[in-house]
Amino acid sequence: MYIPHTPSEREEMLRVVGKKSLEDFFTNIPEEFRFPDLDLPEPVTEMEVEEQFKDLASANFACDELVCFLGAGVYNHYVPAAVDMLLRRGDFFTAYTPYQPEISQGTLQGIFEFQSLIANLTGMDVSNASHYDGATAAGEACLSAYHHFRGKRPKIILSGAVHPHYRETIHTYLCGFDDIDILEAGLVEDSLYPQKLAEIVDDQTALVLVQYPDFLGRVHNFSDLGKVVHEHGALLAVSANPIALGLLSPPSEFGADFVVGEGQPLGIPMNFGGPYLGFFATRDELIRKISGRLVGETVDSQERRGYVLTLTAREQHIRREKATSNICTNQGLMALAATIYLSLLGKGGLREVAELCYHKAHYAAQQISQIPGYKLDDKSVFFNEFIVQCPKDPLQINEYLLDEGVLGGLPLSNFYPEYQDQMLIAVTEKNSKESIDLLCELLKEAAND
Amino acid sequence: MKTPENLKYAKTDEWVKLDGNVATVGISDYAQDQLSDIVYVEFNKDPGDMVNKVDTLATIESVKAAGDVNSPISGKVIEVNEALVDHPELLNNDPYEKAWMLKVEVSNLTEVDLLMSASDYEKYCEERD
Repeated sequence: MYIPHTPSEREEMLRVVGKKSLEDFFTNIPEEFRFPDLDLPEPVTEMEVEEQFKDLASANFACDELVCFLGAGVYNHYVPAAVDMLLRRGDFFTAYTPYQPEISQGTLQGIFEFQSLIANLTGMDVSNASHYDGATAAGEACLSAYHHFRGKRPKIILSGAVHPHYRETIHTYLCGFDDIDILEAGLVEDSLYPQKLAEIVDDQTALVLVQYPDFLGRVHNFSDLGKVVHEHGALLAVSANPIALGLLSPPSEFGADFVVGEGQPLGIPMNFGGPYLGFFATRDELIRKISGRLVGETVDSQERRGYVLTLTAREQHIRREKATSNICTNQGLMALAATIYLSLLGKGGLREVAELCYHKAHYAAQQISQIPGYKLDDKSVFFNEFIVQCPKDPLQINEYLLDEGVLGGLPLSNFYPEYQDQMLIAVTEKNSKESIDLLCELLKEAAND
Repeated sequence: MKTPENLKYAKTDEWVKLDGNVATVGISDYAQDQLSDIVYVEFNKDPGDMVNKVDTLATIESVKAAGDVNSPISGKVIEVNEALVDHPELLNNDPYEKAWMLKVEVSNLTEVDLLMSASDYEKYCEERD
């Protein structure tokens, strides 16, 4: 390691802070842990390291090599080649969210287009420049609601059908606020949901968060819930799947005050741990309470169109301690991917993708329900994901499927212990009829295996 | 710069007008001039809330800065001037009349006595220029 300080400089610094040696800084670490002997293998060359990592990587299955029926928050949609091609242009690829924003008109315009598309898709007035992922966007909605009521409404209600990881993230996000009371509403059976949720809303409630379609794939009309929430003066946040919004009514029609979600389905590949994309949209009246950046369009002194960062500077750079959130960055490259994806597809194309997902999922559900031992809840309305009651442990079934190159659905008991032997299956436009028929064939075999 | 004689002033540039035990609070002409064009007002207190001296009553944002309105007195908020939320420019145009901000039932009248007189406040502003 190269340290650019001379021994005499180091001695001078030690004298100033009153230490005898560098080791003195570490005395509060027990001595046996201070400089442990590391049991490391012999050094190897770059070429050998690459070999080793390739070996490790080959133990993974990439979704391109499998037939994928796994969703649960991240979905296997087709990404047009143009998305990656444009994204890798140096102008976009190397630029971080600009610190001197107005000089980067291209980046700002990209963000502005993203905001316009998200506002359109969700039916809301305004969208911010994006967040890290769907879970943090949901966390930001909670913070915005809390600050909107200036901390006077301590209760935040989370539907049990919100993605379990999102709920966990929200708990982490808000753990520094002693006065916030997060109420986990638990899972409610389909016929009583969302009425049951509406019953626990009160005058102490700041926000109610629901998911659309929910984690179990179900689609609900939240209009009545929205009314009850507003009657109590509280706010409604909806975490939505953006592809589903190509087909379903936008959450603005339920009176949603915040619409957030995971933007991964919009042209972003499935990666373990991201990068993903959180989107966040709201109503005009709440604009001062949102976190993140907001790009606006304006004209300069010569009436030429230009893009600027609106609102962010004062809220987060001057008054940091009073800001709703100090997340001022955005997920620029992924927001651009979503923007390119949506502009390639257009309104009609997005609807087509959504319809393909819907119809293929319903074909799959219908076929699976015919297999002896497998049952479906035929009362639930779903989009592209549905629950299958299996004749045995879904883990065993998945092992059988994987041997044949098929990635099965999520065993729901991972998150909901009461859902024993139930599997959450996702279908996208990438699943051909043949692949769905193959899944059914294998499910039948697995049941008898 | 206007500094009406009948008002009391705080070091943080708020004015107070006492009527019985009700204090009307606003920001001074000097303050609005320093902030320049005010674009946003948000009240941090609602009627019924108790406030202590120096608590933040409201937040003001202008095109060049953001600042807090601190309470010059302790007591109970009885009214806020909601008109400012839709028309923050009133603070620039008429800081002493139309742009009053809050009315507070004062719990300790000696706090009002401790505030500056108009002439002291003028001197205080000159020192800062």
